[in-house]
Amino acid sequence: MSRKSLFLLAVFLIAALALAACGGAATPAPAAEPTAASSAPAVTKTVTIGFTASQTGKYNVESSRQINGLNLWMADVNNAGGIKLSDGTVVTFASKFYDDESNGDRVQELYTRLANDDGADFLISPYSSGLTSSASVIAEQNGKVMITTGAASASNYQQGYTLVYQAYTPDSKYLTGAADLLVAEAPNIKRIAIVHENDKFSTGVAEALKTHAEALGFEIVLFEGYDSGTTDFAPFINKIQAANPEAILGGGHFQDGSTFARQLSEKGVATPYVGLLVAPPEPSFAELGDAAVGIFGPSQWEPLAAFTAESAQSAGLAWKGITGAEFTQRYQAAHSEEPSYHAAGGYVAGLILQDAIERAGTLDSAAVQAALDATDMLTFFGHIKFDTSAENHGLQIGHEMVYVQWQRDSAGNLMKQVVWPPEGRTAPFITR
Amino acid sequence: MSQLLQYLADGLLIGVVYGIAAMGLTLIFGVMSVINLAHGPIIALGMFGVYLCFTVLGLNPFIALILVAALGLLLGLIIYIVAVHRVLNAPHLSSLLATFSVNMIIIGIGTTIWSTSFRNVDYSLGTLQAAGISLPATRVAAALIALLVTGVLYWFLYRTRPGKNIRAVANNRTAAELMGIPSTRVLALSFGIGTMLAAIAGGLIGTILPFTILSGGVYELKSFVIVVLGGLGNPLGALVGGLILGLIEGVIPAFTSVGWVPVFEFVLFVLLLLLRPQGLFGAKK
Repeated sequence: MSRKSLFLLAVFLIAALALAACGGAATPAPAAEPTAASSAPAVTKTVTIGFTASQTGKYNVESSRQINGLNLWMADVNNAGGIKLSDGTVVTFASKFYDDESNGDRVQELYTRLANDDGADFLISPYSSGLTSSASVIAEQNGKVMITTGAASASNYQQGYTLVYQAYTPDSKYLTGAADLLVAEAPNIKRIAIVHENDKFSTGVAEALKTHAEALGFEIVLFEGYDSGTTDFAPFINKIQAANPEAILGGGHFQDGSTFARQLSEKGVATPYVGLLVAPPEPSFAELGDAAVGIFGPSQWEPLAAFTAESAQSAGLAWKGITGAEFTQRYQAAHSEEPSYHAAGGYVAGLILQDAIERAGTLDSAAVQAALDATDMLTFFGHIKFDTSAENHGLQIGHEMVYVQWQRDSAGNLMKQVVWPPEGRTAPFITR
Repeated sequence: MSQLLQYLADGLLIGVVYGIAAMGLTLIFGVMSVINLAHGPIIALGMFGVYLCFTVLGLNPFIALILVAALGLLLGLIIYIVAVHRVLNAPHLSSLLATFSVNMIIIGIGTTIWSTSFRNVDYSLGTLQAAGISLPATRVAAALIALLVTGVLYWFLYRTRPGKNIRAVANNRTAAELMGIPSTRVLALSFGIGTMLAAIAGGLIGTILPFTILSGGVYELKSFVIVVLGGLGNPLGALVGGLILGLIEGVIPAFTSVGWVPVFEFVLFVLLLLLRPQGLFGAKK
């Protein structure tokens, strides 16, 4: 071959490589079974879901479960071949995340990085209302749709945001049902002590509970907040004992809630009813042993919840995704533990986004936002519907709580039972 | 009445443990005028020491304290030799920066290994009921061990040759050297004992409360208040200061919101600095 021929061959190869490189992010996927209508290969696109995880710090337990659930959704949708947009593009999902150290300042910094530097197409919230509040500002400023999970504070949806959507039942409904439960199951008790974490979510829950309980005729004998990160509850327990309540309600998150329950037991507090936020639904709450018995608390979801395509049909709602039994089985296979509601919340956050993208048929934020506004569906997690008013845009208005209580079965094993509402009850409500 | 006793008892039980933590800080300051900013992370290392002995080796946490104390002493000697000895005669800022560097090193390594997630020594001795009050037996045991450690420290300082050497160097280093006391060894031993006390305090707190590698900071802050309260350089003053702080934490919630406790503590801190900077048990200069 002459030198001229070699030169021409080299120019041809370089030109071919340059053309291939100009293909951009969308790459032709090998079409296994071309349809009759079109023999062109399907175009695939990878959508980046950005979020932070509290891999360290006080939200580690809840956040880890939430991320496990989200990753399970992502694996499910990708294994099913992704989702198809109206232009034929097949979308699969990939995650980009950082450790936020359970720290709000880190969240703002990291969500800014996710939105601007990492090219995240959509965002999922961190765990907790406080961290989500920090992330919501960034999502809105950068025009990114964000589905929040693990974040129940209603005030986050009263800031005028238009791109932030809540998967959880709002905080105002977290413990109001506990007062209803006490009215129904322990009608003789009148004295309640409310001791809660002094953060945005827990304070919102406690204030809503206080208003509701007083309206029901309860006397609030103690209403006291404790700092986030509190580990010694002795001063609070002494105040509780001095107030002599018949029920103790409150708590905050897993770490402080489980420590509070342990120290109530260590100090021999005999109050018959103790209801705490967040911690009791966590399977690892059982590690407290006897200190866990009789403790009850609200749960966004329980494996026993039986929402199905049939119940969606009878309720006149669209059904989306897998059943609770399928979710539990897949989660247990992947993580060798029972899923908590935080895990289910992580999965459903992905499912809500998936449903909106499928209905929008595009990845355009405005179209996905419109689809989210119109969401009214039943999933294994329950009913999902958002407030679309200017005052509360994105607030969850479809989903309801259940209440669980730790009880010993006939063999002496600690079991989590659903005790409220009556239609979902798996065991009678007991005292400690 | 029994309710007030309950507040008092809880305050005293935690106060005596605070006292041990502050004793380590004040001993080091009293002997070599070094404010040890690595005190908090060493307390946290004591917590992790007990936790690891309990979860990995299966040791009773109170037995594990012996191992934690020995390792605390060793760590103190190493920190003294590596970071403190060379800056001992330099301006105070140098020793502050040196111990702050040790602080950052320990926190960095600890965060990498254990993260900042909470740990808990799942150990309980049950509940003691007496005179209408109920006390977790683990807290009572921790307080008794803290008192025992205080007694041993006093026996060591007043009845043994190395202890008398430490007191001599604390009183007048130059005169002690002229008497043939090896001051460098005594200073290293003092730093080691101070560190050991911090590790023991951490181990005791770790048996009763959950913790992270960052938890020592809270107790370091309390230790500063206590040593100012009891008098800088006075170990017995530190114990009394710890008891006073514990009582404030225990009793104030009986009359007002728990959130006011740090306000009272630090108002007391500022008042002491203004009115009696030598502390309650410090000599007038």
